[in-house]
Amino acid sequence: MTARVGIKKTMTSGSRRFNLDVSFSSRSCYTILSGPSGSGKSLTLRCIAGIETPDSGRIEIGRRVLFDSEGRVNVPVRERRIGYLFQDYALFPHLSVADNVGFGLKKLFKPLSMADRGKVSELLEIFGLGEMAESLPRDLSGGQKQRVALARSLVNNPSVLLLDEPFSALDHSLREKMRAELKAVQARFNIPVILISHEPADIRAFEGDIVEYSGKGAVHKNSGSGIKLFSAEGYSPEASCRKIQS
Amino acid sequence: MFNAIELSPLLLTLKVAGLAAFAALVAGTALAYALSRKGFPGRDWLDAFLTLPVVLPPTVLGYYIIVVVGRNGFIGRWLERYLGVSLMFTWQGAVVAASIVSLPMVIKSARAAFEGVPQDFENAARTLGQSETSVFFRVTLPLAWRGILAGVMLAFARAMGEFGATLMVAGDLPGRTQTLSLAIYDAVQAGSDTLSMQLVIFTSAICMVMLVFSGKLLRTEY
Repeated sequence: MTARVGIKKTMTSGSRRFNLDVSFSSRSCYTILSGPSGSGKSLTLRCIAGIETPDSGRIEIGRRVLFDSEGRVNVPVRERRIGYLFQDYALFPHLSVADNVGFGLKKLFKPLSMADRGKVSELLEIFGLGEMAESLPRDLSGGQKQRVALARSLVNNPSVLLLDEPFSALDHSLREKMRAELKAVQARFNIPVILISHEPADIRAFEGDIVEYSGKGAVHKNSGSGIKLFSAEGYSPEASCRKIQS
Repeated sequence: MFNAIELSPLLLTLKVAGLAAFAALVAGTALAYALSRKGFPGRDWLDAFLTLPVVLPPTVLGYYIIVVVGRNGFIGRWLERYLGVSLMFTWQGAVVAASIVSLPMVIKSARAAFEGVPQDFENAARTLGQSETSVFFRVTLPLAWRGILAGVMLAFARAMGEFGATLMVAGDLPGRTQTLSLAIYDAVQAGSDTLSMQLVIFTSAICMVMLVFSGKLLRTEY
């Protein structure tokens, strides 16, 4: 697995300016973006997914260039093949668990094909959601919501999984369990994971490259330095994620 | 209770208000979506322009409509020359007046509904490979339709009560362009208390029902 990210983005709101200037590359199964809140970790993830567009730089996942300001490459979000777990999961409230999971397979105004329906029920089984296939997201517990969101994000065989503080919405007893589940999912789908966390427990649990964000994030206009970056390439070379090389 | 002559303003009103609400639904939803999602120069001015019918005197509005679709208006002249029709003093003209007056109802409601859909729901759909059309029809619209429909019901109620602009554009021709509110005016002027009372109560009842259902729709579902 190689993820190479080197981007700059300036956000302004009123008189406040925020400079994101980050670059890292990682080859391990897990890349952890860590640092204080407001330092641009979520913004980095959103840039990788294509939800936000960097001002300049380059994003490369596997052998695919997703963004390159010099080469004028900016792959649209829908073609990036990225699994994204939003912090509050962003499950579609009007759709059942099964419809949420199958969302990425369904075409507008067309029912799911038999093969796709099989794929959805397989994913529901893997995540232990079979019994609540027809439930609405509002009736699920926090852990169940996260499983639905994970299953949904994996349905299109993404080439990388981006997790925005995946455990922050869960209580402590559940976190340990969901960490183990995430590890199992990673191993099963053999997919590289980039996740945001400031929990030391997460950093211990997911051995991988750590990208440390520093600074207050919101830098005032003339104060000079942006976000410092630390590349931690090859932190755990024994782990390899083949998936991304395709 | 109603004989044939009294029934005609009612049927005409339902027809005019129904078509006006439908026109406001189509145009209003599109405009509201653009206003809520796209940042373009002059957005605030467009928003203000589209809200004008709420605050302008109906006579001013009627005047503008005459200027545009009247015999010498640039749309009116075109209609007359190529289609041989004129909207002045026709029920279709009343539909135009009622549409413009009720358009802001749909826009306000639909815009609030669109803005109430968290952007990350749409972003989630995009990461799942969906095109913008698909995102709109599978995520945005299903989460916003109640607000839009509530706006359409308000638009219908507003269109039913339209008086001033309709009078200027379509006139008050009994059996042809005389809607409920115009019929009430005539009935009061002619001193027919029973008729005006009937029409007033009927109009109030319909508007009441519309408001109740529109309120029910706006209660959050999720």
